[in-house]
Amino acid sequence: MVTMTELHKYGTRKFIMPGTAACPGCPLQVGMRQLAMALDGKFVMVIPAGCSSIIPGTAPYTAYTVPVLHVPFASSPAVASGIVRAVRQRGNEGPVVVWAGDGATADIGFATLSGAAYRNEDILYIMADNEAYMNTGIQASGTTPWMAWTTTSPRGKTEDKKDVALIMLMHKVPYVATASIAYPMDFIDKVRRAMQVKGFRFIHLHAPCPPGWKMDDAYTIRAARLAVETGAWILWEYNQGKLTISPPSIPFKDRARRKPLEEYLKIQGRFAHLKPEDIKLMEEKIDRQWDLILKLAEIYK
Amino acid sequence: MTGQISLAKQVKKVLVGDHAVAEAVKLARVNVISAYPITPQTLIVERISEMIERGELKADYIRVESEFAALATVYGAAAGGARVFTATSSHGLFYMYEMLWWAAASRVPLVMAVVTRVLGPPWNIHDEHTDLLAIRDSGWIIGMAQNVQEAFDMTLTAFKISEDEKVLLPVAIGLDGFILSHTAEPLDIPSQEDVDSWLPPRNPRIPYTIEPGGEPITMGNLPKNDVYHALLKKYMDESMENAKKVIAEVYDEYGKLTGRNYGPLTECYRCSDARYIAVSMGAWSGDIMGAIERLRDEGYPVGLLRIRYLRPFPEEDITAWINGAKGVIVFDRDYSAGLGGVLASEISGFIPSNVSFEGVLAGLGGFDVSPDEFRGIIKEFIDKTEREGPIKIRKYWYIPKVEG
Repeated sequence: MVTMTELHKYGTRKFIMPGTAACPGCPLQVGMRQLAMALDGKFVMVIPAGCSSIIPGTAPYTAYTVPVLHVPFASSPAVASGIVRAVRQRGNEGPVVVWAGDGATADIGFATLSGAAYRNEDILYIMADNEAYMNTGIQASGTTPWMAWTTTSPRGKTEDKKDVALIMLMHKVPYVATASIAYPMDFIDKVRRAMQVKGFRFIHLHAPCPPGWKMDDAYTIRAARLAVETGAWILWEYNQGKLTISPPSIPFKDRARRKPLEEYLKIQGRFAHLKPEDIKLMEEKIDRQWDLILKLAEIYK
Repeated sequence: MTGQISLAKQVKKVLVGDHAVAEAVKLARVNVISAYPITPQTLIVERISEMIERGELKADYIRVESEFAALATVYGAAAGGARVFTATSSHGLFYMYEMLWWAAASRVPLVMAVVTRVLGPPWNIHDEHTDLLAIRDSGWIIGMAQNVQEAFDMTLTAFKISEDEKVLLPVAIGLDGFILSHTAEPLDIPSQEDVDSWLPPRNPRIPYTIEPGGEPITMGNLPKNDVYHALLKKYMDESMENAKKVIAEVYDEYGKLTGRNYGPLTECYRCSDARYIAVSMGAWSGDIMGAIERLRDEGYPVGLLRIRYLRPFPEEDITAWINGAKGVIVFDRDYSAGLGGVLASEISGFIPSNVSFEGVLAGLGGFDVSPDEFRGIIKEFIDKTEREGPIKIRKYWYIPKVEG
């Protein structure tokens, strides 16, 4: 387990150099810094098209402090598969990480993701999920929640969020987890536990985006925390046959202990059009998701 | 090492084109292979997987879910420092299209066999060059073999060319679907020892390596100024020019190793005293040579200019070979819709106004054109030019009558 003392040690270390092109309140820099802390800054990143292609700034400079290959939208799991095979042949056992958004993961890159997972390639895949195509200006993706406003779902999205982590679990890979940028210790521990395992490891990182969610820049962490506290985002971990609810989410197994969903929704302009019956339906969806995860925890004991 | 000793070490085998390509991949000691099956390419990747299973080749073989992933995977492996190979055809090549450009401009060495095939619809697995020619703007060096021996030689030399510091561009080797891919021909194969002495393992540091704990370089992020992008293209262009010299050097060395000498960018058959030049690329060049032989017997002063490498475009060779010619006739087994034959279109720009010119579209969809038919088309072109003076036909559709 990572300790606060250790986190403090990393407090002054610049894993991402200042002066990036990220929006104020960007969750991706928060999450990427946590990833770098977990791996002590020693890894390779493969980044498909998305916000994280833009954030490090322009060549010949970059804010990232690890080797990075920027690649076409749908290609990152395949490219990472190639890199890892090449470097392992030379005896380099270091982490090869895909850092990808939800569009690259759940939609356009899903075939390469599925292929790399089923081959059990020795890579760590972080899906930083801000729940829409934010870099192109907030278009709905496969992980945009039901009823959320985006520029391509102006009256609210009609489909449910694609549950990528569960789909990855069904690929029978050794490690799958969900995480949240608001729970750095949980996320860092997950990255480190994942690195104890060889093979394909997938972490679905929840990353609220202020401009994309139409909320105040200061609310990034608050929104991420409320997603967990209202039960809307469940933190769980599957590690080589065993699925557990992660500590921050344990209290919210109990429906009564969850905060009212409105607290999470009301700070986001993208849900401003929701009617009370919509919120009720959303709560029912959350209950069903909890049922499913808890049943899976029973199965994967 | 002398040429004679090496020649003695060569082994004669009878192989289909696809298996000859696999043999070259094995001798090159490729580290990472990734591919997806598509007819008529499949025999290459099947044979390579057998070689790895038998322990003849120590390599990672990555069975991916698409051609897009195949190219993305070997691109990643090349960026990670490995010597890599993939193979595809037709629709598979088109499924790779985005990655073709990314890989080329990333300047990593990479070799790919393209077994040429028609693009649908309708479904048609037969031979046409349109697929290979559709990647000509992407930054790949593009070669096209005439026979199984050349498919083997082009594949083996491709690694040396692609990895040369003055080049660092991917190389695509074209071989005609079925006509070469599935046709057995005898060929000479150099020994592993000789190939090893000529082709050392790839230096993973050239041009750069993406590896954990390595230098924190970033490849592919936004340029600070769009002029950088223009400069990158200019550098690619310079590398393409360098590739002309490097290809010549590599074939020179390879000739000493194997006794086989090539053009290198082009070859001109019976051209020294020719007043008319036919131009072609790929396997049917053999049939056209047959036609040239017969026309020569009939007293026609005609030769065949065979394009071995279309990229870099061998304009110096073409200009030199057609210098003083009365007429040039180009055979295209490909079609650029709304324009015409790709070879004819590219070559027509180098034809002086007083020289007769005809572009012939033939063999599209894979139909066979016999030496006799070639003879008739060339004869008609020459006779007409002699009768009427220079003619200019950029696009002539040669469509045989369909029976039944």
